Order: sequence, then structure tokens, then C-alpha cells
Amino acid sequence: MADLQSQDYIRRSATNLTPPSVRHHELEVAKLIDVSRCIGCKACQSACMEWNNLRPEMEEFQGAYENPHDLNPGTWTLMRFAEYEDEQGNLEWLIRKDGCMHCEDPGCLKACPAPGAIVQYANGIVDFISENCIGCGYCVKGCPFNIPRISAQDHKSYKCTLCSDRVGVGLEPACVKTCPTGAIMFGSKDDMKDWAGERIAELKERGFQNAGLYDPPEVGGTHVMYVLHHADKPSLYSGLPDKPHISALVGAWKGFLKPVALAGLAFAAVGAFVHSIVAGPNETTEADEAHARLEMEKAKRNGSAES
Amino acid sequence: MSYPKGTIVRNSTLTLVNHWITGLCFVLLTLSGLAMFHPVFFWLSNLFGSGQWMRALHPWLGVCLIVSFLGLFIQFWRDNLWNRDDVEWAKSLDKVLDNREEEVPPVGRFNAGQKAVFWGMALIIPVLFVTGILIWEVYFGDATSIETQRVAVLIHSMAAIGAILIWITHVYAALWVKGSMRAMLHGWVTPGWAHRHHRKWFRSLVASGSPGPTPDSTAKFRD
Ligand code: HEM
Ligand code: SF4
Ligand code: SF4
Repeated sequence: MADLQSQDYIRRSATNLTPPSVRHHELEVAKLIDVSRCIGCKACQSACMEWNNLRPEMEEFQGAYENPHDLNPGTWTLMRFAEYEDEQGNLEWLIRKDGCMHCEDPGCLKACPAPGAIVQYANGIVDFISENCIGCGYCVKGCPFNIPRISAQDHKSYKCTLCSDRVGVGLEPACVKTCPTGAIMFGSKDDMKDWAGERIAELKERGFQNAGLYDPPEVGGTHVMYVLHHADKPSLYSGLPDKPHISALVGAWKGFLKPVALAGLAFAAVGAFVHSIVAGPNETTEADEAHARLEMEKAKRNGSAES
Repeated sequence: MSYPKGTIVRNSTLTLVNHWITGLCFVLLTLSGLAMFHPVFFWLSNLFGSGQWMRALHPWLGVCLIVSFLGLFIQFWRDNLWNRDDVEWAKSLDKVLDNREEEVPPVGRFNAGQKAVFWGMALIIPVLFVTGILIWEVYFGDATSIETQRVAVLIHSMAAIGAILIWITHVYAALWVKGSMRAMLHGWVTPGWAHRHHRKWFRSLVASGSPGPTPDSTAKFRD
């Protein structure tokens, strides 16, 4: 939400030349969500609503712990609950805080047609600048994590901002501040990776052989990372993608097609112009009119001969 | 509509109105669509007030387009059926392009180029309509899966480029062949124009004594 200055941008949607980022010293930040420490209290969900002044509509109970049942324009982060029976027959309750992953290579930004409606700051945060958003929903198609939601009220797209407004003034995101178990950490991406390494070693000692960090390289890594006890099977966690990547369809649409189409249109326009110079207009001549008159008169003579 | 003496009716008044409604919708759809397709065209969104207005308007223009085009389709499809003359005409395309139409085999109300434009649009506009509905966020954003919408938006943009290419050909042909614009603005052509470009059509009118646009139009030649 916060519109930092353009000097802070490293990517800007629908922009052929992103202004050079002159703020080099910016550290890449990351939020680390340690799923193994989360108790599912939803304090982060409430803190997000509170800080961002969001009051999503009350929903019907859907028979699950998720509340509301899905992300929506007023719910930027959502606790998702999955029951999993492991190999030993133990029931595991896998609770994941869902929300924007702040991809290093954001599919939403790639798909967005409105200049500057989606930007990425030098610290890695992917932010929606709502005043530029036209509400087309392309970001929904671009995102590999099914995150953005379009508001039916103002037709603008919404998602987690990683509290860019708080981070911009040196505060941690609201969810991080509020988490009672320390399951959400925030800092430089390097520090968060180090910290995750320690946690993963601990989890492995406790018997979770496949514990690991979720920082998917297919999208260049993310600025929201998870510590998972089953990092070999991310999809156990309410469908977290195993190998998230920007769809090849989006790649064709936004990569290949754009220059080819432009060249095709230019070719057609130039071709028409060249033809008009080389061949000139196709005019009806006096001879054509004479031929036509002759045939019409003949037809009339025949017609009057018949009657 | 009244026509100058000794002219031939190329298009009925209904056709003219129907054609220009279709054309207006198409041009506005192209301008708004291109603005969303490529950043170099985004400034075109200002023509519609704002990006939000443009995004909201585009699909409704699309609905107008398909209805309006259906009207044109009903009026034109019969005269656009493919026949042997079209093959002969197409073989002489080089002469057509060189303005040597005297040497080109005669054709009916439409030539093969015009028929290609007609059938191209008749194919692409429904594709644009169906894919456009699928990506209409406001009403159908939740109706299909995201993957379906990814396919739809890719097809929509490719189909749109195809339609715009056909449209460029269509507009250029109308400017190149003098007298065509008048046929679509005022509805009439001179006998010489009809004889030069659509001789079989011209002869069918002369033989039936019809003023056009089709031999079965009842009124007799005015002279
Ligand atoms: C026939 C009915 C049509 C419908 C229902 C329709 C609908 C849509 C919708 C819903 C969008 C997404 C943006 C928005 O929500 O406004 C869109 C985008 C677009 N439309 Fe259409 N449209 C139609 C016809 C056309 C035509 C005739 C053209 C031009 C020849 C066109 C060109 C485009 C382009 C270029 C885009 C942008 C695609 C991209 O971003 O790559 N559309 N259309
Ligand atoms: S998770 Fe989706 S919305 Fe968030 S940055 Fe990545 S592509 Fe964009
Ligand atoms: S809805 Fe807004 S943010 Fe999303 S792609 Fe469209 S203009 Fe960009």
C-alpha cells in the first residue's frame, strides 16, 4: 500500500524501462513462518485486519477451522488447517499461515497490464499500488500461489503488503509483532535463512528427517519462507505448491506474444502503406462506366423487345 | 434513403447502420484491448476516462459487438458462400493487387478477399466473445478455474491480434478501392464500379432489373 518512492523500485508492472534503483544499500528482507511452532491461534490474522483496517464480511460456518473459508479482499492472511496421518499412523495437524509469498520473480507483476499497479521494492517486497489498479484480475492469473483477490466494491486487487508501510519505517510486520509463540520471524533474508537452518537441525533431531526450508527457486525464491516438517511434500500443507512456477501460458501471453503481435501489426500497417505507394488507388475509369452503360442499355432493349 | 439517378444500391440502409455500429464497437474494443495488451498502448486508456472505466466498458462493448455482428452475418452470409469464381479470382491476386482488374475473372457481390474477411471475422468474433466472457472478472471471475482463465486470456489476445490484422486489411482495401467507402457510407455505387469490381453481381442486377443490392430486390431500375 505504501507508495515508497520510485527510487526504491526494482520492478514495476507494465513498464518497459523500470527507473534505475538508486537505493543500493537496501537489504533483502524476509518473513520466516515456522509451521512447526504455530498453534493456529489466528492472532496474526487479527493483527493483519487491525493494522490494515480490514473488516471482511461475516461468513457462514463451513465446517472447518478456516475462518473465513478462503482469502478475500479483506483477508490478506489466512490460517489453513490440514489433518495428516503420517507413516506411523500419528495424526498431525498441519497449520499454515497462507498469504502472499512476495516472490523474487512475481507472476502477478508480470501479468499486470497497468503501469505501476504492482511494484517490487529493492528490499524484495511486492506491493500493489491501488490507485493504478484497473481491476482486470490478470494478477490472479499470473500468481502461482492463488493469492490476489479483486474487491467487488472498488474493483481493485488486494493481498498482503508484507506491511511495507511498517517495514519502510523500520518496524516489523503486524503479524510478526503479534505472534505469541515466535512462529513468525522477520529480518534480512540471510538472517532468516540462518535462523531457519538452526530450526531445521532441531526438527531433524526430533525425528522429522524431511524438515526443510520452503524458498522455492522456481520463482527465484520468496520473501516469505516456511519451515516445514515435511519439506519433501509441501502440498500436505493445504495445497502449498510443490514446485510453484509462473504458468507457461502466462509466459507465452506476456513474453512471446507481445513482441510478435506488435511486429505483426506494424508489418500489416507498413505493408498497406507500401502498397498504397507502389500500386496507388484502384479507380473506376470512364471506360468501366461506358462498358456498364452499354450492358444496361442492351438489357433494356432486350427487355422492351420481350414485352 | 434516396440515391442519385442511375446508380446501383450496394447496401440497404439497415446494412449501413448495422455496419457502422459494428465498426464503432470494433474500433473501441481494439483501442481498449490494445491498451491492456501492451504497455506501449496503455495511454489509450485515457480515451475512456481511466483504466478502470476502460476495463469496465470493454466487455460490454464486446456484447454489443457480437449482437451487431450477428445482424451483419444474417445479411451477408449468403453472398459470402464460397464458389468456383473465388478460386479463379484468388489465382489472379497478383493482378488484383496491381490494379489490373480488367484481366481478373469476374466475381459476384463479394470477391474472395472480402469473403475471407467475412469468414475470418465470423470465426474470430465468437471466439473473442466466449473467451472474453471467461475472463470477465466482475461477473465470471469465480465461475471457472484460474487455469481455464489463463488459457482463455491467451486465446483472447491471440484472436484479437488476428482480428485486428484482418481489420487492417479490410480498412485498407476500402481506402484503396475508390468508391467502396461511398458504398458503405451512402449505400450506392456507380454502374462502372459494379462492372469493374463485381461484374457477375452487376449482371445479375441488370438481368433482373433490380436496383440492388440483390437481384431479388423488387423495385425496378431507376434511370
Ligand atoms: C466479443 C466480445 C468480447 C468480450 C466479451 C471481451 C472481453 C474482454 C475482457 C473481459 C477482457 C479483460 C479485460 C477487461 O475485463 O476489460 C478483454 C481483454 C482484451 N480484449 Fe476483449 N472482449 C471482446 C472482444 C474483443 C475484440 C473484438 C477485441 C479486438 C479486436 C478485443 C481485444 C482485447 C484485447 C487485446 C484484450 C487484452 C488482452 C491482453 O491483455 O492480452 N476484445 N476482453
Ligand atoms: S505470491 Fe502471488 S501475489 Fe504474491 S508476489 Fe508471488 S505472484 Fe505476486
Ligand atoms: S487487477 Fe490491478 S493489480 Fe491485478 S493485474 Fe489488474 S491492474 Fe494489475
